[in-house]
Amino acid sequence: MTDAQSIRITVNGTEHELAVEPRRTLADVLRHDLAYTGTHVGCEHGICGACTVLVDGLPARSCLMFGVQADGRSVETVEALGTPDALGPLQQAFTDHHGLQCGFCTPGFLMLVTAFLRETPSPTDEEIREVVASNLCRCTGYQGILRAVRAAADAGAGS
Amino acid sequence: MSYVGSRVGRLEDPRLLTGTGHFADDEDRPGQLWMRVVRSPVAHATLGAVDISGALALDGVRAVLTGADVSLPPIPVRVSPDPGDLLGYLQPVLAQGRVRYVGEPVAVVVADDPYQAEDGADLVAIDYAELAPARDARTACGPGAPQLFHRLPNEVALVTASFGDAAAAFRDAAHVVELDVAIGRQTAVPIEPRSLLAEWDEARQSLDVWGATKVPHFNRRVIAGVLGIPPAQVRMHRCDAGGGFGVRGELYPEDILVAYLARLLGRPVKWTEDRAEHMVAVNHSRDQAHRIAGAFDSGGRLLAIRDEIWHDNGAYIRTHGLTVPELTVSMLPGPYRMTSFEATAHVAVTNKTPCGTYRAPGRYEGTFARERLLDTAASVLGIDPVELRRRNLLGPGELPHDRQLRALGTDVVLDEGDYPGLLERAVTESGYLSWAREARACRSAGRLVGTGLAVFLEKSGLGPYEVAEVQVDPAGRVQVTVGGTSLGQGIETVLAQIAADVLGVCPDSVSVIAGDTGMLGDGVGSWASRSTVVGGSAVLRAAEATGALARQAAAVLLGAGDAELRLAGGRVTLISAAQAGSQGQPGERAGPLAASVTLGEIAAALAGRPADGELPPGPLGARREFSVDHMTYPYGVHLAQVEIDRGTGAVRVLRYFVAYEVGRAINPATVDGQLVGGAIQGIGGALFEEVAYSPEGQPLTASLIDYLLPSAHEAPEVATLVTEDYPSGSNPLGAKGAGEGGITAAGAAVASAVGDALGTPSVPTRLPITPERVCQLIEASSGATGSA
Repeated sequence: MTDAQSIRITVNGTEHELAVEPRRTLADVLRHDLAYTGTHVGCEHGICGACTVLVDGLPARSCLMFGVQADGRSVETVEALGTPDALGPLQQAFTDHHGLQCGFCTPGFLMLVTAFLRETPSPTDEEIREVVASNLCRCTGYQGILRAVRAAADAGAGS
Repeated sequence: MSYVGSRVGRLEDPRLLTGTGHFADDEDRPGQLWMRVVRSPVAHATLGAVDISGALALDGVRAVLTGADVSLPPIPVRVSPDPGDLLGYLQPVLAQGRVRYVGEPVAVVVADDPYQAEDGADLVAIDYAELAPARDARTACGPGAPQLFHRLPNEVALVTASFGDAAAAFRDAAHVVELDVAIGRQTAVPIEPRSLLAEWDEARQSLDVWGATKVPHFNRRVIAGVLGIPPAQVRMHRCDAGGGFGVRGELYPEDILVAYLARLLGRPVKWTEDRAEHMVAVNHSRDQAHRIAGAFDSGGRLLAIRDEIWHDNGAYIRTHGLTVPELTVSMLPGPYRMTSFEATAHVAVTNKTPCGTYRAPGRYEGTFARERLLDTAASVLGIDPVELRRRNLLGPGELPHDRQLRALGTDVVLDEGDYPGLLERAVTESGYLSWAREARACRSAGRLVGTGLAVFLEKSGLGPYEVAEVQVDPAGRVQVTVGGTSLGQGIETVLAQIAADVLGVCPDSVSVIAGDTGMLGDGVGSWASRSTVVGGSAVLRAAEATGALARQAAAVLLGAGDAELRLAGGRVTLISAAQAGSQGQPGERAGPLAASVTLGEIAAALAGRPADGELPPGPLGARREFSVDHMTYPYGVHLAQVEIDRGTGAVRVLRYFVAYEVGRAINPATVDGQLVGGAIQGIGGALFEEVAYSPEGQPLTASLIDYLLPSAHEAPEVATLVTEDYPSGSNPLGAKGAGEGGITAAGAAVASAVGDALGTPSVPTRLPITPERVCQLIEASSGATGSA
């Protein structure tokens, strides 16, 4: 199992070239090979969505993708959205509306919603609930997350 | 202004929102190896031959160990100081000759990367001679059941609690209502699986551990004991934790294994759990059957409750000992008046994953049993369910009330409150009566809509103590270290608010370090809604002592008496100068002495300084311990409106309301977050979540495809009413703890509403109320002639 393949992957605008085993998940490549530890792994079977990243702009479960499948593609992770001193508008909405507690599922929600608001800048409440239902959170009961997404959409975070 | 009581933005958020937090699996150490646990695939068997040669031959595999290769003490009981008769039921770190549940650690494989370790684990060949499994508590306690332990009965203990003469009360009662209820096996499912990393330093004979939480100081003592080194040579680093809910942070076999292997192999060893193993490895909970009875007089007054409980503890007694059954019986009377009470819990071992606590342990179960009893009694006696509760709740004049019961080593003394008053407010402010009218109208139109409620008593602020230290550095930054840990509940923010108020600084200039044994040598931990109540009080005392020291030093530096000084805005100021300033005149006093001195300047003046006559000894800071003898008892009401899909049996929660008396809300936003999140978790337990096993003891819900958590689709809007009318006298903050009241009565309230929707107040009696069970109830209630 050492037939590593060379891949070229752009993460948050930075190009990385590395050798990975074909069976290595994109989540492990991002977290343990490239140190983008903001992407979290919660179930490794595609249900919880904590590992959601954007691949060529679309949300993907990085636990269900192999690193080699990201060869030549552009990946966005939570680290691209802002910094502790300069939160992005969606991140700001999450803290304003208490949309997180333990914060483990949060990067997945942020990436999911980032793609959603780019595609649907003026969503209805039902559309927001529908997309938020793609991922799991065990702390907040979703109320704060739904409010945060509503507020971010109203503030034009997706435009 | 006061930060305590304000919706201060969470200090944890910026790092958690940007992926810059530090969860345990984010940590990697140079030269690190990965551990994989080989787990039993069968529920009950004696171990035969073990062949590790295939695994050892695999590229990258560094070590393979089985139970025969190690001599390690079992996982100890944390909660009870004297585990006594439980010792024979403790879990070995690796199975010794016999396995007792699917998922029990049998061997470990250590390799250069986690994929190789998993490959190696697949190649460990073990012969299992299967035995019949003990399937549930009631049959396990009965004759002829498969025995889990040699010369030890499956019934581990009989936990009892009583007061008054229940037999007489039942004999003389006008009405006796009895029913069987059951709460399914559930588990907390934090979204972050467990992860542990241990690194041994041979030169220093010391161990560093990442991934511990909840009770790091206890776990450190155990690990140090196993390694034969002083506890101070084990450092548990603080980490962010992706949800605790009772299960995370207890000492499990893996905590011992990574520490042991790191020293044995001389390289850092990491283990990160996958979800499938989490579902069989981490503590399960709930799983109780109750036969509960109530004795009532002709006026609907409750005279006595009697309950016989079967508690399915799984295969071993773990760190919690008998905590859950003990809390079940001692909290079962709840907020109600009764002259006598008698409860007995049969605690049984079965061939399932061992159990421990899960948010509101014993109260979620007991509240369900008791409130189902009251709904049934209301129906039998022809009394409105709200009125029946109103009649039987202890009144404010009856509190404090000594229950004459013990819980967690303390006397249960219910502190001040107004249970009927909160019930009235909850009914009024939720609009419950209009919910009920609406439900009746819907039922007339053929829809299955119903309303229900449940009243509950919680407990929090368990002692014995917590430790906190406050320090101010010469730059004026305040550092708070405390023994409790951050589990996602926002404790850093809450503790910063408390310290900030005392020292007159902003919360964001306070950094809080929670649960790092390298920073604070002693501490207790975060469970039982104790972090704010006990930890917060320790922080308050340490901050007050720091403030007093600052004033003492400022008196010397400013040449003034203490009465002339004020501590505010991060500085000690002469009151005369402050008044002058407020009158629009220059604040600085002319002359050689300044009008004020900042905390940073005081810290600089005291740094490294012994007492020299005038200035007090430095550094600027203090360490305080806060002890409590008694717990405090918050209380509340849950109200629900649900609709049942007649075709599928699915229950949808339409409206939900939680009222909770918390004594003092340090941060109303985080209290609200605890209640809403707890309610949705509790609704999950009411409707969806059950750890199921096949008759052979095979787990049927080892993934999140099968163990169903509520998503945003299933989560109703939860409205809350947080009252602060009865501050606790047990602590200087007046706080009663807020971590569990959101979940406690959710099973009871949802069941009550489902019963109302079906027109059958005494059913459902079993959680979770799955579509399949609802269909059976619909069939039973619509076709009285049917066989169901």
